[in-house]
Amino acid sequence: MTLLDLQDLQKSYGALAVTQNFSMSVEQGDLVGILGPNGAGKTTLFNQITGTVKPDHGEVWFDGEMVTQMDASKRCQMGIARSFQVPHPFVGMTVYENILVGATFGRSSFDPRKQALEIMDKTGMDDKANQLAGSLTLLDRKRLEMARALAADPKLLLLDEIAGGLTDSECVSLLNTIREVHETGVTIIWIEHVVHALMSVAKRLVVVDFGRKVTEGDPETVMNSPEVKSIYMGEDAA
Amino acid sequence: MEWINVIVQGVLIGGLYALFAAGLSLIFGVMRLVNIAHGDFIVGAAYLAMVTITMTGLHPLLSLVIVVPLMAAIGYAIQLGLLNRVLGDDILPPLIVTFGLSIILQNVLLTTFSADSQKLNAGALEIGSIPVLPGVDIGYMPLLTFVAAVAIIAGLQFLFYRTSMGRAFRATSDDGEIAQIMGLDNRKVFAWAMALSMAVVAVAGVFLAIRANFDPFMGPSRLIFGFEAVIIGGLGNLWGTLIGGIILGVAQGIGAQIDPGWQLLAGHIAFLVILAVKPRGLFPRID
Repeated sequence: MTLLDLQDLQKSYGALAVTQNFSMSVEQGDLVGILGPNGAGKTTLFNQITGTVKPDHGEVWFDGEMVTQMDASKRCQMGIARSFQVPHPFVGMTVYENILVGATFGRSSFDPRKQALEIMDKTGMDDKANQLAGSLTLLDRKRLEMARALAADPKLLLLDEIAGGLTDSECVSLLNTIREVHETGVTIIWIEHVVHALMSVAKRLVVVDFGRKVTEGDPETVMNSPEVKSIYMGEDAA
Repeated sequence: MEWINVIVQGVLIGGLYALFAAGLSLIFGVMRLVNIAHGDFIVGAAYLAMVTITMTGLHPLLSLVIVVPLMAAIGYAIQLGLLNRVLGDDILPPLIVTFGLSIILQNVLLTTFSADSQKLNAGALEIGSIPVLPGVDIGYMPLLTFVAAVAIIAGLQFLFYRTSMGRAFRATSDDGEIAQIMGLDNRKVFAWAMALSMAVVAVAGVFLAIRANFDPFMGPSRLIFGFEAVIIGGLGNLWGTLIGGIILGVAQGIGAQIDPGWQLLAGHIAFLVILAVKPRGLFPRID
């Protein structure tokens, strides 16, 4: 079943086209990696999926509903959650409260406290529960980003460069968490520059440049494609 | 003994100023909105209580049962229908809109109720007092006002830090865009905050109207007292706001004791001195 369907999205800021004729569909249970150089429009794409940016043209379908003009908060309640490249915790709240916000106002909120405690356990944040989020290290802020997004109980989890700046061992533990989350049935779209991390979990890669989809397919094929070589190595896409 | 009395009465009136200030502080904290019409809403609540009492014959304090939810509903509606439309990165539009609301409200009150001053009569509560020391008596009403202020601030504090509505307020205040992505509809959160602020305004209005005469034009000066209490205490700190109200009340009392004409001046001077020494107030919120 198709969970997310982007149809011919277009978005410009003045003369700068950040998304051009972008279509993509993601099946339930997929784990899709998005690759592309800086400024290619990957994060803007996420913003159009979550609803903070509305496309100039095109449609966003989620879980069988057209959500193109729907408010971001409603989309979260439908099951879309994301993490940010630069972590944005609620700095004046504790780690537990940050996660509790996600658990209370996200998709399912049957027992937010229990849910928050489980998420803290799963993401290894429990020892920092009562620390103010503003005082966390970068690594912990990144973990909190993920934890808070998971607390919203998403069907679709969008990860924006969550592995950037991590050491190898931190990256391994992050990958394990991502695999676990994916195994519980959460569909994941992951923007990442750390290609080996992405390759190790993604079932499918989508390459974006200048706001367009350049190519997509299984990771091996995509990484060896002339388009990707052209973007990353400067080789001619002959 | 005279001076002890001055200070005791000043502390008690500080409770009323804290009531003026609490709603103002709450709104600024949640949505960075400076509500210029806040004082006029307080006066408006006093008139609403007056009408309620005329119609039902209720005691002024019991009229709160009607006035509080009514004011909260008005706050919710004004936020959804008007203020949410002008809130944004620029703080000027909401400032101008609330300034306009202030003028409209004053004139509506004037045409409806005339410029005559009014007062709510709380009966025996107004004259009774408890003697605590020779020459120092605590009136029932001032005591009740102070207790109400402490209770409301304690209640707001509990709400902010212990309930999911409070977490919604704090998350939205912290980062509105992220809160939106986490499933919080900012417009509704703001509307609830305004409803809560107006509920406090209703209490402030009724206590004001029992204590002294009110007329359609006294809102702006109540706004100033509220502002001063908020700023003395430190922005975003509700207990600080209570201390701010008390400092203002005591300063006014001391001024009045020296010379009756100095009452207001002494309060403003205390405010200016604190602003000069500690520009962020005495207990600014730690962020």
